[in-house]
Amino acid sequence: MEFFKYTRPFNFMGKSKIAAIISIVLILASYALLATKGLNYGVDFAGGTIVQVKYDTTAPIDDMRQKLEGNEVFANASITEFGSPDEVVIRLKTTTGSVTTDIGDLTREALKGTGNFEVRRVDIVGPKVGNELREKGVMAMLLAIAGILVYVAFRFEWRFAVASIFALIHDVSIALGAVSLSGIDVNLDVLAALLTLLGYSLNDTIIVFDRIREGIETSKKTVLAEIINESVTRTLARTTLTSLTTFFVVLTLFLFGGEIIHPFAFTLLVGIIVGTYSSIFVASPVLMWFGFSVQNYHEKLAQKAKREAEKNRMREQFESGVM
Amino acid sequence: MKLNYRIVIFALAIIFGIVFSVPSLLQTEGGKKITLGLDLQGGLHMLLGVKTEEATKSRIKSITASIKHFSERNDILIDGLTFDESGIKFEVLDSDEIAKIQEYLKEIDGAVVSLNNQIVSVTLSPEEIAKTKQLAIDQAIETIRNRLDQFGLSEPVVAKQGEEKILVELAGIKTQEEEQRARELISRAAKLELMAVDEDRAARVYNMSAADAAAYGDVILEDAKNPGVKYLVREIPILDGGMLTNANVGFDQNNRPVINFKLNAEGAEIFGDFTGKSVGKRLAIVLDGKVYSAPNINERIGGGSGQISGNYTVVEAKDLAIALRSGALLAPIYLMEKRSVGPSLGADSIKASMVALIGGFVLVIVFMVVYYRGAGVIANIALIANLFLLLAVMSLFGATLTLPGMAGIVLTVGMAVDANVIISERIRELIREGKSMHKAIEEGYANAMSAILDANITTLIASVVLYAYGTGAIKGFAITMSIGILASMLTAILGTHGIYQMLESKMMKSKNYKFWFGIKA
Repeated sequence: MEFFKYTRPFNFMGKSKIAAIISIVLILASYALLATKGLNYGVDFAGGTIVQVKYDTTAPIDDMRQKLEGNEVFANASITEFGSPDEVVIRLKTTTGSVTTDIGDLTREALKGTGNFEVRRVDIVGPKVGNELREKGVMAMLLAIAGILVYVAFRFEWRFAVASIFALIHDVSIALGAVSLSGIDVNLDVLAALLTLLGYSLNDTIIVFDRIREGIETSKKTVLAEIINESVTRTLARTTLTSLTTFFVVLTLFLFGGEIIHPFAFTLLVGIIVGTYSSIFVASPVLMWFGFSVQNYHEKLAQKAKREAEKNRMREQFESGVM
Repeated sequence: MKLNYRIVIFALAIIFGIVFSVPSLLQTEGGKKITLGLDLQGGLHMLLGVKTEEATKSRIKSITASIKHFSERNDILIDGLTFDESGIKFEVLDSDEIAKIQEYLKEIDGAVVSLNNQIVSVTLSPEEIAKTKQLAIDQAIETIRNRLDQFGLSEPVVAKQGEEKILVELAGIKTQEEEQRARELISRAAKLELMAVDEDRAARVYNMSAADAAAYGDVILEDAKNPGVKYLVREIPILDGGMLTNANVGFDQNNRPVINFKLNAEGAEIFGDFTGKSVGKRLAIVLDGKVYSAPNINERIGGGSGQISGNYTVVEAKDLAIALRSGALLAPIYLMEKRSVGPSLGADSIKASMVALIGGFVLVIVFMVVYYRGAGVIANIALIANLFLLLAVMSLFGATLTLPGMAGIVLTVGMAVDANVIISERIRELIREGKSMHKAIEEGYANAMSAILDANITTLIASVVLYAYGTGAIKGFAITMSIGILASMLTAILGTHGIYQMLESKMMKSKNYKFWFGIKA
């Protein structure tokens, strides 16, 4: 089977202006969302308590609310369905610092008489820990980006690194916007998804870049846009196929992975779509706009080759001289 | 068909993968296995903090006790012995004795002594305070570990995290009661103090406020079992649990459980001295600020052993003895983070992620065969080998599989075919250009290599950073991703190339591009 049979290059770069407008609109919309609606930090980052309760039958949420209302511990608790009507999550902004008094026990006590239930999960994250987790998360993200950039700049050229930063910022911004829009709890797993997205998006970008570099070195064309068009078209099959297989898999995770993995899978789903788009329509045009010159690159390559040849000649002379 | 070094290495890798993943897959008794994370098997994860300032306070308290004992033993008259968080103050009535007491104070580590007329102040040096705090943390870890070891759980984890946090992980806690018991055992201060009852004023205890008591150098303590019952005891204890050498459960004449304890030589001496002097008075046995019993002293008690009685059940007495034996917590601990997962939720999580894993796997496999035909089958062999290798390496490292780790595996499945897709596309390209199968395969691999390496190395960099900076769950995810990437380099680059080389003569003969690569040449 062949979806993408290469016949002639598509004019991707000709569409780069439209793509830029779409991207800018999406990014601005994301920032607007982040500024107004913001992220819904879960207990991992905001601190607080989560109690997950599963009933034998449909959870009597109204009944539960009533029981919890009078209880001081559960003041301002929010009760929401979690995945299925049987399962409920109680969220508290407060935490207890005592090791012995347990919120799970208190919940059991408070909900007595609402039916047959089981406390399945209790997560308590103190504010100090929450802050630390958030700082560490941001740090991990920045360091991962820095590490990757150093590698790209070293293996390719600095403009490639800059272009990949643009693509990364683009992807992470839009994914964050989607997370904000959906209102899912931002927990450690969402952070893991964002970091995976970093890796994935870069993966995609680099494979395209690799082909562009190859094109620059081997192609007789000297117009960068044409080389990019050709390279992107040639990697199109791979880009789409890998994205598709990964997308399928993440989709199954999203559909069948259970409620707990939902935020992770959702973030990744968005990320895969945006990441695939950005490697074609964001990273490559940026490369173009930053004035990457094919001629200069060719000259540089030629000079490098000349130096190599000179070195070899001298070595040969030296060796034959010694002989 | 001919053998080549690639296929041999690939075959060895597959054998390695299968052999070492079997113990994990079948959950056999022997062999190294992947341990399931707390989120998958259920259990308790806690991050504890230590109230280190309490350790300094109790250090000062215990120095105060020893000053008191020293002065009494040497007949040095002192007055107004008081202490608070910052230090100790007292007056030496006979100025000739000051040198003697200074000599004694010099022996105490980190004590800074200053003299104003005959008033002596003792404080702790900043280094000593830092040391005491550090000691409180280290000692808490040691103590909690000792207690949990005796509690009988399979593999409790007690480790220092960062500078001043303690990580406790208890896998396989099944019931609420068990969890409750474990938490109590961990948090129990187990601070034993023997304190003299202030017999002169004891009768007035119910009419006294805490401030009144403090004015006499006393404190009011409640009875452990009957909160209404109060005792007035001297604030400076006779001795504390630091001098305890052993504690065991025994039974009294009514066959009720009691705890027998033994003191070290110094403790025995102080205890003997005190009981000898205080016949007819009461001695309060105080545990964690509550009075357990206050028996009358009938005679001097030598030998340094004593008994704590109370209305315990056997289990309570046993846990208390464990706590006393493994030592007091120098400072109380508090909860910073807790995650507890019930076993049923863990089982549900495994089920759900297995469904996702198998579903995603089948989808990818079918897709690859439909799209690439022969090349797809070869890629799938690499994919399956990849999965076995991943499991094997994780088993060998004794890695912990968490829910995000499961997600990592599922994702690896999606991404592992990437290298094969890149290679297959390159081969197709070359075939379309009219190259021979042999040339197309060799050049296809050569052309694809730099892209695959660059892509994998960048993802690897990201995973390593994640591992270094991540916490628990993210670490698990990073581990599976890294191993998955490394395994896929081996299987997808080396393994599939080996298979192609092995089948090459057959492929060359058949010339069936549709069958092998899913395209018309």
